[in-house]
Amino acid sequence: MRRLAVRYAALGYLAVVLLAPISMIFWRIEAEGVGKAWSALTEADTVHAFKVTLILAAIAVPLNTIFGVTCALAIVRRRFPGKGLLNAFVDLPLALSPVVVGLSLFLLYGRTGWLGPSINIQVLFALPAMVLATVFVSVPFVAREVVPTLREIGDEQEQAAHTLGASGWQTFWRITLPSIRWAVIYGVVLTTARCLGEYGAVAIVSGGISGRTETATLRVQDYYENLNQAGAYGISLALCGVALVVLAVMTLLKPKEGAA
Amino acid sequence: MSIRVRNVSKRFLNFTALADVSIDVASGSLTALLGPSGSGKSTLLRVIAGLERPDAGTVELDGEDATPLSPQNRGVGFVFQHYAAFKHMTVRDNVAFALKIRKQPRDEIRERVDELLELVQLQGFGHRYPAQLSGGQRQRMALARALAAKPKVLLLDEPFGALDARVRLELRAWLRQLHEETHTTTVFVTHDQEEAMEISDSVVVMNAGRVEQVAPPQVLYDEPVNEFVMSFVGQANRFGDGWVRPHDLQITLDPNGSTREALVERLAHLGHEVRAELVRDDGERLTIQLTRERADQLELASGQIVYVRPTRETIF
Repeated sequence: MRRLAVRYAALGYLAVVLLAPISMIFWRIEAEGVGKAWSALTEADTVHAFKVTLILAAIAVPLNTIFGVTCALAIVRRRFPGKGLLNAFVDLPLALSPVVVGLSLFLLYGRTGWLGPSINIQVLFALPAMVLATVFVSVPFVAREVVPTLREIGDEQEQAAHTLGASGWQTFWRITLPSIRWAVIYGVVLTTARCLGEYGAVAIVSGGISGRTETATLRVQDYYENLNQAGAYGISLALCGVALVVLAVMTLLKPKEGAA
Repeated sequence: MSIRVRNVSKRFLNFTALADVSIDVASGSLTALLGPSGSGKSTLLRVIAGLERPDAGTVELDGEDATPLSPQNRGVGFVFQHYAAFKHMTVRDNVAFALKIRKQPRDEIRERVDELLELVQLQGFGHRYPAQLSGGQRQRMALARALAAKPKVLLLDEPFGALDARVRLELRAWLRQLHEETHTTTVFVTHDQEEAMEISDSVVVMNAGRVEQVAPPQVLYDEPVNEFVMSFVGQANRFGDGWVRPHDLQITLDPNGSTREALVERLAHLGHEVRAELVRDDGERLTIQLTRERADQLELASGQIVYVRPTRETIF
């Protein structure tokens, strides 16, 4: 009886906090007109915005996957001065508001910033700054997923591989990586989701120029401010679709991660 | 291949695992590193394998200094207490690992793996995953894996420690047999003195990071060099200034000049043997082993007063 109560309370909470607002989008699209939403989605600038978002993810996800795995290996397997600091700094993007991240990049690469005047390429209001911002906010996910798995499997298998003649590199590819693969994939999925959804940091450093530096989330804002609500809801719906796919992939991976 | 360890020391933070340890392991021998937990026996084995770098001292394999070599280049086979099975690989792939790393031709690998699986009696288990094997089977797989590349030295770290008693006895006998067939220089770590005594040619007794004695099992039992070895290897009673084995004490019903009075506290009938727990008049406890015939002859019973005399005493 009590277990049922707890279950319904949890479901009710999720329904109010998560499902209700999201379902509003579906309902509003219906009201505004599906046609209007669709035409906003197929507009050249919107298509471009989705492209920009994908490019950012395509750069940030591989970078942070490599960094995350390396970082997790360093945290779990090595002893070095400053390890505690590294461990703490990996989580920094989770604690820091993305707006602050954007602002810091702005200060660093702006005309009066430390690096701004000495770099010849256009960083701010262009892809480089947007990549930096996206990479920054999506740093923790792979490392956070891989660290506990690495701890759990221990290093005996790696030691065994060494005594059997495997080099460090061979051991990584043949033993370590296959053992942590589900954690890595799970981390990659989370990182991807974070990159696609990033708004605050990118909003500040990109300038949000339609057809050039606008991402999908910025496009939502753009439409909303220009009173094209159908357009805003249309793109939101597309982003919801991506979220559902991410959720489905994670649900599929979860039990396997437990079994491996 | 012979192993020569010279003046090896190893500290972990504030714990001295090895303090100036030197041992020689003869080529083709089966040697046990025996000691209580924390005595440094596993650390010594790992130093020989290159899994642990000593703070000082050298390790020679076959007369060559191997101290700077990584485990990858030492050509030793290592078996871990908890198997260290590659969980994402089948039994075949586990056993074939060292051969694949060495890029041997496929046909040769297949042949060698078949041969090894037969040796460890795991034919028909090749396509299973480690999770589908029992503990004993996993450890046999780990042994086959360690033997695949024909190492000149086989090192085993408490190989049977995680197994139940019956499987332990089986594998113990099997290891001895394997050694008789291959004559690979083998060193294994154990805290079980019976295990060490039963299968090894030579036992290295360790305590608190030092080597106490190196000797064949019989010598170790009969001529221990100090009180630690005396009491750690086999049972021993303190008797005045000396030590006496339980079977080297004689019980009589009447006193004579050299006997001491004692009270029989408890009797345990262990088949052919009887073990008597005695308390001497000065409060010291004694364990005595005697044959059943002798116990019957004396009509021993608990609560009885008897007289004991050592027939063979060791004084350090």
